[in-house]
Amino acid sequence: MTATLRRGLPAVALTGAAAVIVILAAPFIGSTSISLARVFSTTLPFSDNVDAQIFFLARLPRAVAAAVVGGALAAAGVILQGLLRNPLATPYTLGVSTGAALGAMIAITYGAMLPAGGVALASLVGAFVAVLVVYALASARHRGLSTTVLLLAGVTLNAFFSALILFVQYLSDFAQTYRALRWLMGDLDVAGYGPIIWALPFMGAAFLAFAWLARPMNLLSLGAEAAGTRGLDVVRAQRVAFFSASLATGAAVSIGGPIGFVGIIIPHLVRLVVGADHRLVLPVSTFVGAAFLVACDVVARTVFAPMELPVGIVTALIGGPFFLWLLLRKT
Amino acid sequence: MRAVAVRSWDWRLGSWGLSCVLMLLFVLSFLQASPQDPSPKSQDRRPVRIISLIPAVTEMLFAIGAGPQVVGVSSYDTYPPEATTLPKVGALVDPDFERILTLKPDLVVVYGTQADLITRLGRVNIPMFKYQHAGLADITTTIRTLGARVGRTNDASNLAATIERGLEATRRRVAGRPRPKTALLFGREPGSLRSLFASGGYGFMHDMLETAGGADIFADMKKQSVQTSAEMLLARSPEVIIEVHPAGEWTPARIAAERKVWNGLPSLPAVKSDRIYILADDRLNTPGPRVADAVRMLADILHPIARSPDALPSLHRPIAHRR
Repeated sequence: MTATLRRGLPAVALTGAAAVIVILAAPFIGSTSISLARVFSTTLPFSDNVDAQIFFLARLPRAVAAAVVGGALAAAGVILQGLLRNPLATPYTLGVSTGAALGAMIAITYGAMLPAGGVALASLVGAFVAVLVVYALASARHRGLSTTVLLLAGVTLNAFFSALILFVQYLSDFAQTYRALRWLMGDLDVAGYGPIIWALPFMGAAFLAFAWLARPMNLLSLGAEAAGTRGLDVVRAQRVAFFSASLATGAAVSIGGPIGFVGIIIPHLVRLVVGADHRLVLPVSTFVGAAFLVACDVVARTVFAPMELPVGIVTALIGGPFFLWLLLRKT
Repeated sequence: MRAVAVRSWDWRLGSWGLSCVLMLLFVLSFLQASPQDPSPKSQDRRPVRIISLIPAVTEMLFAIGAGPQVVGVSSYDTYPPEATTLPKVGALVDPDFERILTLKPDLVVVYGTQADLITRLGRVNIPMFKYQHAGLADITTTIRTLGARVGRTNDASNLAATIERGLEATRRRVAGRPRPKTALLFGREPGSLRSLFASGGYGFMHDMLETAGGADIFADMKKQSVQTSAEMLLARSPEVIIEVHPAGEWTPARIAAERKVWNGLPSLPAVKSDRIYILADDRLNTPGPRVADAVRMLADILHPIARSPDALPSLHRPIAHRR
């Protein structure tokens, strides 16, 4: 195991460097051309410097948001696929994103008077509610967490919340319905660092847990019983995995809406390259997920400029065929 | 032998089919002779029980004096006040067909995209007036057509002429003046600069802005509504930003707070010169008979020096919300 780890370390370093380069390069690409000299000009005051404002107020927050969201979704995907021992699990399988979406829909429809960030806050609350419901169901009749019940409860909750979303949308008025629909397509134009800073504590806690989880996840992937015989506190590991993945997903969705495919294709792609050791899969997936979503967002905002494509459409258009290829290739 | 058998089978089938047809005709003859509808509905007859599913057309009907002929309106109708007391029959996506039928309308104003409703109304022979939002010029065209349809031809052409004169007066007033680059927005996430929706280079809002002497910064995007971003605004640097919202929800205190959000983009010329206007006024988003007032209001904002001597008193309300 240590041998595979040593062999994998260059992959971690390489993808980490690639992610940083992509994040730093992304703000230079866009529908308007900006001059590097003017962006970093010291003579021009910032309030008059259009290029610097495009760079620092419009594009950089977007790139950072995309990186944070992409990294979190990919890592959460890895954890949930390991926890549920199901390659089709995504960060959205357990109902977190639908709960978040329901919260956001209610905020968009009824929360005209909400303060800034009200939609993000409501989506976070919705995600928490969904997590608690699923957790309560999955641990109700078992000593630990039943992954089967977890999966079934998540899928059922997804369907139930989807129905509630449609109901709220039916009651809402036209402009709100459009805004709600647009929110569901995913949007990383955060227009400032507020939403990112806001989600950072949740992300930080989730990633600390992910770091601790790397080794337990390796054992869990052998099955709960086998992991237990090797001295792992299975129930605790499952709980940490479930809550941290849900936390990361909820925070990511509150920033950018339910952006699809990142959480499923990136982990699979990474496992193809570095193998199944979670100590490699987790960091590499985080970096690749970050770089992938930043790149997708660049495509989304440039390909039809001056109009913008919702980033969720770009990830789905790239991710869908890619995932099918992956499926066919494996079987 | 076999041929005979086939023929006899044929004959039995034929007689069964014939009796079916006769039965059907018998039933149909009753339906045809239904006493509920003694005379076929005529397209020429002046309708006296009108239902309007479109607020802009409701306003038109009341403005041309056909208000007493209206028996039902959409759930979004707020103007004129007389219209708000009438029965509501749903709206664009949720028209209540049963409720429409029980009101026994002899004309229903429908939106062109309500395909299901149009089919169902056609099935029960209820005449329809089909309408769809388009440009500024289509408003007066619609008023004239509508007037002819509901027997108010003279009132309608007078109203249309008044609107056209009003628009022409504004057009003349701003002619030759520098046209400020303007962003006309009608959607934004409260408290932030996310989910920005603007008027593109097509439709009545765009036409209103151009008539009022503004240069639409999104004129090259030929859509009624475009989603835009902070970057796009920075790149296109509007000198004036006008946000249009539905009346009611936006109180003066909230408007004052929402204006500050724009300080997040300090290099925008509109922010520097403090030319940000948040207007909560339904005249601005309804392509109805009050459109000339709306255009005059926009012109007064865009060209304050050339403000019309008969500037609307109501104009001072939105202006008062300036910092």
